Amino acid sequence: MTEREDKQSISIQINGRQLDALPGQSVLEVCRDNGVDIPTLCHDPRLSPYGACRLCIVEVDGLRGLPASCTTRATDGMVVRTDTETVERARKTIVELLLSDHKIECLTCEGSGECKLQDLAYRHNISTTPYEGEKHHVGEIIQDVLIDRDLEKCIACGRCVRICAEVQGRFVYDTTGRGFDALPQTPFANPLSESNCEFCGQCVSTCPTGALSDGMRRFGGRTWETLSTETTCGYCGVGCTLTVDTHEGRVVGVRAPVGRGVNDGNLCPKGRYGWGFTHSPERLTTPLVRRNGELVAVSWDEALTEAAAGLSGIRTQHGPEAIGGLASAKCVNEENYLFQKLMRAVIGTHNIDHCARLCHASTVAGLAASFGSGAMTNSIPDLREADVILVIGSNTAEAHPIIGVELKKAARAGTRIIVVDPRRVRLADHAERYLPITPGTNTAFINAVMSTILAEGLADEDFIARRTEGFEELRAILEDYDIEAAADICGIPAKDIRDVARIFGQADSASIIYSMGVTQHTSGTDQVRAIANLAMLTGNIGRPGTGVNPLRGQNNVQGACDLACLPNCLPGYQPLSDQGTLDRFCDFWETEELLPTEPGLTLVEMMTAAAAGDLKAMYIMGENPVIADPDQAHVIEALEALDFLVVQDIFMTETASFADVILPAATFLEKEGTFTNTERRIQRVRKAVEPPGEARPDLDIIIALSAALGSELDYENARDVMDEMVEVTPQYSGITYARLEAEGGLQWPCPDTDHPGTPILHAESFTRGLGQFAPVDYIPAPEQTSADRPLIMTTGRHLWNFHTNTMTGHSPGLAELNDHGYVEMHSADAERLGICDKDTVRVTSAHGIVEVEARVGHESSPRRGVVFMPFHFADAPANRLTGSALDPQAKIPGLKVTAVNVELIG
Amino acid sequence: MADCACQGNAKDDLDLTMLSVVFEAHANDPGALIPILQETQAILGYLPESALREIARQRDIPLSEVYGVASFYTQFHQEPRGETIVKICHGTACHVAGAPEITRAITEELGVGVGETSEDMRFTVEGVACIGCCGLAPVVVIGDQTHGAVDGASARKLAKQLTRKATR
Repeated sequence: MTEREDKQSISIQINGRQLDALPGQSVLEVCRDNGVDIPTLCHDPRLSPYGACRLCIVEVDGLRGLPASCTTRATDGMVVRTDTETVERARKTIVELLLSDHKIECLTCEGSGECKLQDLAYRHNISTTPYEGEKHHVGEIIQDVLIDRDLEKCIACGRCVRICAEVQGRFVYDTTGRGFDALPQTPFANPLSESNCEFCGQCVSTCPTGALSDGMRRFGGRTWETLSTETTCGYCGVGCTLTVDTHEGRVVGVRAPVGRGVNDGNLCPKGRYGWGFTHSPERLTTPLVRRNGELVAVSWDEALTEAAAGLSGIRTQHGPEAIGGLASAKCVNEENYLFQKLMRAVIGTHNIDHCARLCHASTVAGLAASFGSGAMTNSIPDLREADVILVIGSNTAEAHPIIGVELKKAARAGTRIIVVDPRRVRLADHAERYLPITPGTNTAFINAVMSTILAEGLADEDFIARRTEGFEELRAILEDYDIEAAADICGIPAKDIRDVARIFGQADSASIIYSMGVTQHTSGTDQVRAIANLAMLTGNIGRPGTGVNPLRGQNNVQGACDLACLPNCLPGYQPLSDQGTLDRFCDFWETEELLPTEPGLTLVEMMTAAAAGDLKAMYIMGENPVIADPDQAHVIEALEALDFLVVQDIFMTETASFADVILPAATFLEKEGTFTNTERRIQRVRKAVEPPGEARPDLDIIIALSAALGSELDYENARDVMDEMVEVTPQYSGITYARLEAEGGLQWPCPDTDHPGTPILHAESFTRGLGQFAPVDYIPAPEQTSADRPLIMTTGRHLWNFHTNTMTGHSPGLAELNDHGYVEMHSADAERLGICDKDTVRVTSAHGIVEVEARVGHESSPRRGVVFMPFHFADAPANRLTGSALDPQAKIPGLKVTAVNVELIG
Repeated sequence: MADCACQGNAKDDLDLTMLSVVFEAHANDPGALIPILQETQAILGYLPESALREIARQRDIPLSEVYGVASFYTQFHQEPRGETIVKICHGTACHVAGAPEITRAITEELGVGVGETSEDMRFTVEGVACIGCCGLAPVVVIGDQTHGAVDGASARKLAKQLTRKATR
């Protein structure tokens, strides 16, 4: 768009009106921009023009026949007519021909009301087609998991084929057969589940008729009966805009609006099909209290009184430091702000943390030290501006699928993508280079890359001189860096390291994307700093298409951090060690007791303190540490040792089963508020359905619990909390609900209500002034392979599951796709151990044993010597095997490197 | 990708190593899908699922594309075919001159419908569009021999000869 705006506009006459257009625009785009209606069937703005359906035909002076406006470029002085009798007659004939071979069953068709063919028949007054002839008989509706296909309603527009290829990059369908028999099909007409399908439903989203539809939506309500609510997705940190369709108080389907939000109409399987958990019969619908060892249903008053009494009792007896709270990256900003306010201002402790400790604590610590701000520096749409993108330790296409879509699109447009990961992650298929690195060795790799860049004169000396400090100490490490030794450590040939250095170093704009493959190490903070070093060394900061871009895992982990659900800072990352700042907050919150200037306990430290008997009570909101945290046995021991545990959740999670009081909460579809996505964009969350039974939004629960603890909080709704929040969080100062409604999302820092938000950080100067180089070098992970445990286990996510599977595992359809744990192995390792695909194996680490299915030779295979386990599944919990050794700076556990043994059972 | 054989999706059990000569011949030719399909079919007699999967894997192109192309051209066959192919021309000239009668005669004699292959895999009967020798209409092509000016009776004779040859 920016490129177009730079160019001079042209003038084109449409139906007698003189209109401005941009060079490169199609006639169709100009018409649609100016409200001139042109019907289409094969067009989707997300796809390249196709010119197949011929409905967008127009008359153009000087051109013979009726050209398709979607494939005709607007030129200066062009004269176009869109509504002549010739055009209308031709369109009518096309629709009549399409209807001659269409299964017309609008009375029960799920497409009815949304169907473009139905609209066109109405528009041209076609009740029966004058053309009789052969009709397709291709059999019954094909019902795969989640997606129904009725090929007798297919008009062969090719949109499903093209969106799967052009946007999703999966190539599930192609047009098969020829002539009359040509239809979009999978190879050998196999089920979608055997055809490379990701079940993202992008094909359903683009189908103009009822040929493709959501299976779960069947007979769930006609489109004109449903209500639609626009909100923000509650799964990963991408923050996609959703349109949630509801009928009689229940969700019937999820769509995405084309042209709005970070996702522009695209969704992943979790976003589109992962809503069923909201209506699961297993939801918690009433407060529960443990009486004589049994959990019994009680009223809210009783539960809150009991929760307050339990917490106050411990506070009186052991002091506020004996209480810890876990906030939730799944909850809205307003709830997280109130949660930490309750812990700090009402209970009087900084013992607050959340799962960010387990994912990006090292980013927050590392980037704050290097740049002054621990967040993604650039934006999602900005990625397409990059010449080179280094993706390291991020399974983007599965963990952040819509950013994955952006990367695949960028790759097709010529961006050179380099993927560095121990597994051949899905994005590797779209990358120019894929380097299978040994887990935990990123610093050696980055240093070797930097050393080559420096030696070959590719460093941006001007940027280093103007914008940074501390480079000389790093230079000393890099100047005689042993690249061959680094190559041995990383398991990547030195030549490949040098190639990557040249590709990255020579690029005009190069961006780095990373995620948990970098952060979840005992040297995670150092690894983050190495990445920051690389960006600064090459001057790739503060410009479009550059930056250091950590992808945040949870929908609102950015917001939960921003609003200080962390033990070491106050909202907006303000230091609590500063007495003046702390006093201001204490005044503002009207706290009775003064808070300490010492930070509280982190998540893993809380578990250790609980096991040791120092921490007596916990209040856990929407987190499931039994599955999510390292060293499961230790976590269970800690929870059992607590005197009092309050858990607030939507399901009876593995953690909730240890609670004394359980408070039933609402899902993101049942509440109001805001999420902050990975690119710092604050977006509205809107209620689509009511919570079940007596379940309540977390905001209401925190307010009620605060009142029960003797501190009345005066908020009517989430908007009131936001109004208070922005007063004390400088980055959020300019955010108001009115602006979010009017402008969509806003990216912090947004210092005042006239500020448009900040897509790119550190443009003129770093948040901390000068960028700070850190002389970091490779430190081996504490877990090393041995004869007893010869393999390295690494952990991660799958596309179809999220976190501890609480939401995805309770969503029908989605839950069936990947319903149990497994361990992925390289085929050579498997062969050596006599293990075949689907065999049951025993995985043993120093911390535990898990029996699990082996997967050999599937997509995303790990490199030799490495095995991979997803951490979603309670039946085979990867975190029973991981240890809780911590990064000394960020206190993040080293989840990505665990020495294990794998053996065949039986 | 899938080195552990336990996952192979194909239902047939063919030795695909004999295709290596095809892949080698076209190693530096990115647009060679159609020749590769033709040569594969020449070796195997048809294009089984496992061969299409192998082509997709070897050439690093989507299986859907390989399948789409293979299903588009009538020259490609995804089912095993008979040793002898009987093609009955249905071009305009042949149709007018009696192709339907010839079709009836041949399918009755061979006990094999159009587009089908006999159970003993000896012959496959196909209806084809114009063969390009309308002067000889109506035309039947058996193997690589073209028979012109065929009528019902001579068609039956041709078919009988074929079955006799088959039983011998």
